[in-house]
Amino acid sequence: MALLEIQDVTRRFGDFTAVDRVSLSIEAGEFFTLLGPSGCGKTTLLRMIAGFDLPDSGRILLGGEDLAARPPEGRPVRTVFQSYALFPHMTVEGNVAFPLKMAKTAPREIAGKIAEALEDVRLTGFGKRFPHELSGGQKQRVAIARALVTHPTVLLLDEPLAALDAKLREEMQIELINLQKEVGITFVYVTHDQTEALALSHRIAVMNKGHVEQLDAPSRIYSFPTTRFVADFIGTCNLFAGPVSASEGGLVTLDVAGLGPVSVAAATDVITGTPGAIALRPEKILLGAQAPAAAADNHFRGTVSDFLYHGDVTVYIVTTPGGAKVEALSANSAAGRTMFFEVGDDVELSWPAAAGHYLAG
Amino acid sequence: MLYLLLFFAAPALIMVLASFRSPGEFGGLAPLVDENGRFDLNVESYMRFFTEAVYAQIFVKSFVVATATTLLCLLLAYPLAMLIATSQKKHRDLLLLLVILPFWSNFLIRVYAWMIVLGPQALLARTLNAVLGWFGAGPVPLLFSSFAVLVCLVYVHLPFMVLPLYANLEKHDQSLLDAAQDLGANAWQRFWRVTFPLSLPGVYAGAALVFIPALGIFAIPDILGGPDDSLIGNVIKQQFLETRDWPFGSVLSIVLTVVALGIAGLAAWIGSRGTRREAADA
Repeated sequence: MALLEIQDVTRRFGDFTAVDRVSLSIEAGEFFTLLGPSGCGKTTLLRMIAGFDLPDSGRILLGGEDLAARPPEGRPVRTVFQSYALFPHMTVEGNVAFPLKMAKTAPREIAGKIAEALEDVRLTGFGKRFPHELSGGQKQRVAIARALVTHPTVLLLDEPLAALDAKLREEMQIELINLQKEVGITFVYVTHDQTEALALSHRIAVMNKGHVEQLDAPSRIYSFPTTRFVADFIGTCNLFAGPVSASEGGLVTLDVAGLGPVSVAAATDVITGTPGAIALRPEKILLGAQAPAAAADNHFRGTVSDFLYHGDVTVYIVTTPGGAKVEALSANSAAGRTMFFEVGDDVELSWPAAAGHYLAG
Repeated sequence: MLYLLLFFAAPALIMVLASFRSPGEFGGLAPLVDENGRFDLNVESYMRFFTEAVYAQIFVKSFVVATATTLLCLLLAYPLAMLIATSQKKHRDLLLLLVILPFWSNFLIRVYAWMIVLGPQALLARTLNAVLGWFGAGPVPLLFSSFAVLVCLVYVHLPFMVLPLYANLEKHDQSLLDAAQDLGANAWQRFWRVTFPLSLPGVYAGAALVFIPALGIFAIPDILGGPDDSLIGNVIKQQFLETRDWPFGSVLSIVLTVVALGIAGLAAWIGSRGTRREAADA
């Protein structure tokens, strides 16, 4: 049995169902992420694990024990809040000592544990400062040290990096990964930032409208989204929708408006005529000025109608003669040139059938 | 600035001057220049204050009463302020209105009202004395006692404690309480370790607003107190209006003002320290 079991949990607020029959098993030592847009129910789920909210139905089990009867202060679960929620009238040490005092830790042990926790988050020497004397990143670390000092079974993190600037966020991501490895505590991380989720997690549950759309490892979520929502929400993705015109030998062909027949590898055969979609990541598309040497499974012609220059890569928006827009990404790797194409250039698009991913519906 | 000079500094200066002069034969002040052509300035009134123990005793008593008033106001106001601060937004204005409603009627009328409430024929006194009678204890008068003075002092000053406390508690961040609970604090610990320390600026402000007026009050002991319940305010009033010893009354007023300013300054200093920390953290 997994460490944290969420069984068929539902939570309603009036007519609105925030969490809709969600079941998840989170293993001990896992870095687990709940990812979704705002209002998808991820924070409500986190609050129910922490005990600030109770499910209308379903159960939450920790180590096999139903948590329903335990108030937040009685759960071996700690939360790192988005606003940090540091006590402004206490020093860093006072903040970190708080849960130890609540747990009635022997006074002579407290100093040692504080020092250890501050060392874990690389804040040794900051113990006497007050929260208002710290930067955002430092406050974040104090919040983490405070939550970890009593060695909880599960650490819940509610968008902990949302308030930090991009560069600091990246640094903190690496630190979080290392910290989690070091302390070995199960992290349940809530975020709406898909790159953060992909970078940090062992497994991701993508949530939408109260239910889990897909639960998988980050690389599989990215490469093989199982629903249109996931394909669209995680990174950028071309979605080609249309009726299935042929399906045999693991190759499904869709009749896509503006493009024509597009084929994609699929695990099972699909009945001809059913509506389907193909998810195709922009970086899987080969862009060239001339037609590809070897015949590709999919090959189209188009004109660059727009581009987004990112420095390392450029995203080209290519419009086909039929009016379909395809997003293709190409690394700016050519020596002596900033990028490959300009608006108005004619380009050849090609990709193998295995590059895309078939989505039913 | 001119306003302060005219209505605050000037009267204070006149009083300081008066404190060094002699009382006139029929009240007021003796001429500044006596018949021998000498300036009549002396420290006799100050000497009297520091040598006659009775005045120091009344000062101490006034302090005790003002302190008791402040503490009782704090005990009564805190739960009320918390109740208002945590109630739904739409109810808050109404509750605040109820707190300041007494200000709409005259102060003296409200004090006289307590004469009726505490009077010997009133329900309260009769019930109490009936109960005491069963235990064989004699009847106790409620009116014209230190008890009546204290009750009325607390009643009159309660809004001055509630309002600053409410203003402080209303700004508290719920996520701090969530965090405290998450970290293992029960309801009492959350209050004592988070809410209360963060409300201290409000406590200091309220305490100053209650303590200082309570220290100088004379109307309440006059109306509701017995002969032994005089406070420093009564003595000052007596010096000016009955004994007609203006210099000595001035001395008592100056001592009271200095003490009150000292306490207000201390409260402001502690309060600003707290709010600065809060502001810096926000």
